[in-house]
Amino acid sequence: MLINIKSNHLTNAGQRIGLMYFRVAIILFAAQLLMGLIAATQFVYPSFLYGIFDFSVARMVHINALVVWMLYAMIGSVYYMLTDETGEETAMAGLGKLAFWVLTLAIAVVVLVYIFVQIGPAKESTIWLINEGREYIEAPRWADIGIVVVVLIFYANVFFTYLKGRKTGIMTVMVANLLALAGLYLAGMFFTDNISMDQYWWWWVIHLWVEATWEVFVGTLAAYALVKFIGAKREIVEMWLWIEVLMLFGSGILGLGHHYFWIGTPEYWWEIGALFSALEPVPLVAMFVHVLYDWAKEQGENGEKSVIGNGPGMAWIVTNAFGNFLGAGIWGFFHTLPQVNIYTHGTQFTSAHGHLAFFGAYATILIGMMYMGVQGAYGVKRMKATFNSKMAIVLITFGVLGMTVALTIAGYEQVLVERAELGGGWQAFFTAQNLPWYVQAQLWRLIMGLVTFVGFVYLLLDLLTIGKKAKAAEA
Amino acid sequence: MAKENLSVWTSISFWRRSAAWVTGFATILLIWLTFDTMGQISMGTDADLQKGITKRVPAPTVINYHIDYKMSEKRGHEVPVIGKKEPFFGKEWSPKEAAALLHLGKLGSQAKNCMNCHTLLGNGAYYAPDLTKAWLDPMWGATMQGMTGKSTKEEAMAEFLMHPEKYPTHARMMPNLGITAEEAKGLVAFLKHMSSIDTNGFPRGFSKTVDQFKAGGTNAH
Repeated sequence: MLINIKSNHLTNAGQRIGLMYFRVAIILFAAQLLMGLIAATQFVYPSFLYGIFDFSVARMVHINALVVWMLYAMIGSVYYMLTDETGEETAMAGLGKLAFWVLTLAIAVVVLVYIFVQIGPAKESTIWLINEGREYIEAPRWADIGIVVVVLIFYANVFFTYLKGRKTGIMTVMVANLLALAGLYLAGMFFTDNISMDQYWWWWVIHLWVEATWEVFVGTLAAYALVKFIGAKREIVEMWLWIEVLMLFGSGILGLGHHYFWIGTPEYWWEIGALFSALEPVPLVAMFVHVLYDWAKEQGENGEKSVIGNGPGMAWIVTNAFGNFLGAGIWGFFHTLPQVNIYTHGTQFTSAHGHLAFFGAYATILIGMMYMGVQGAYGVKRMKATFNSKMAIVLITFGVLGMTVALTIAGYEQVLVERAELGGGWQAFFTAQNLPWYVQAQLWRLIMGLVTFVGFVYLLLDLLTIGKKAKAAEA
Repeated sequence: MAKENLSVWTSISFWRRSAAWVTGFATILLIWLTFDTMGQISMGTDADLQKGITKRVPAPTVINYHIDYKMSEKRGHEVPVIGKKEPFFGKEWSPKEAAALLHLGKLGSQAKNCMNCHTLLGNGAYYAPDLTKAWLDPMWGATMQGMTGKSTKEEAMAEFLMHPEKYPTHARMMPNLGITAEEAKGLVAFLKHMSSIDTNGFPRGFSKTVDQFKAGGTNAH
């Protein structure tokens, strides 16, 4: 079905590989949403699929599909922009293509094992073959090693193309940041009996991905997209990009400390984690201002009313500017101080933040990049938003915001009743889970999840048809 | 063009250099702190326990001791208190046996995917109770020992883990994960060990609930 997105207008091999990654990303995105709906239903009706497809399985596939579709869309975006930025054909493109098929096959096997085998006995073989049981990076060890090999090939594609070609600021940040992003995965690939040690290194992968290297990645993509979509001036965009790198890494790297408040690590992480993670929203404000400023500025130039080359793409980039600031910035700041976090840690507050941040910071811009891919694939100069594009962005954004608000209310109730009033524990947990305020919030989360899913259907339809429509309109 | 770089604030190379320096400095600081933390969170030894030396993460043989979680006036929050020796599954475990049992338990916690329903040290999914201090949960006493008909807390926990579907406490039930008797022992050891970790007072007020339960307070049913 996704083969419908024709790629015969793409001028280079990198872009064609990029489109291959985008197609798989959108399928995994669908899987993520379906699994989320199952898990959300189980919160409301606990007997749903009990003993057959338990919450732990649905939730594992939900978050793994999330991480993997984002990585796919990220890798796809890099392949897509590679030749355009460097002015060179992708180095060793054939190997890159092979790596894509190897990775996709491996992911398919991992997902089938998750769904049908689910868990194993308490032996090393389970960790090697079935699942590692560590949130977000559950992929079994054999797949870890496969992922490392494939990512090395991808990195070689990028690095050698970069060496040959133009070294723009955007590409320089991309190449350096990708090395850190890929290298960090290694911190999550070992077993230890010490749960504190386990979580210490686990956070190196999770935090230094989503609150440092992924954010820099988004800054880089946004810079490229602004140049492409609205013809923003490269000097301004690249200057902003370096400022963003400074602020993101300056706050994000030591902001890691906010995960070290309660896992057995020393008290000094309270101060370090609180200070630096409290600064984390600052670059997100800067990115927000930057995108809107550039947009407004470029709009007014040349005496033209509109110079947007890709309507839906630009709409998602602007949603990213809002979403990143709200989801990662505001919702993160809510509970980042230890004085607050001792009560909110491990409640639906975290879940609310997670939903809005992953959506706002990452899903939005990656969807924008998919629109860029479609535009390139059909070779259209100007791609305007269709009815489907508008329905998709409105419903998805409204749905995710709705889920976030519902989960925030659930979290608030959980914090006050389970944690503050009853002090945690088995009975305290269920007392809070069964109060009407919490139950209603979970029901609203499910409804808003369905809204998001309907929005996704529009998005899928749009990605499949918008290129053809725009091409026909141009002819 | 002649006006280029009039101000340092619009100079790309200034911001590039600043970004590199700040990133480098933050990374070095993180690595330095990591070395310090590694030292502090490495597991203690059996000798530490015998001498009463407090470690943030004690040796596996901590399963041979009574563990409590009490308010520390000095630190302003609860801390684990390791007390007198007590039998665990009816015996005292040698350092080697205890280490092997903890290894089995930690492996089991991952193989059974505990973290995608529960939170451990507050991290994981939010579908089931936090397990950080689960060993100290008053529910294992009267309620679960009564339901399972076991005479000790650890046996009640192991029995529950093997057949959770037989002992439902709420509409949301733990599924049967095919946990064997040996694995269940390991998991209980893992939970007991985790409850002895110094988590800087997380979860806060846990012991308050314990006291209220013992006194037959408002949460006793």
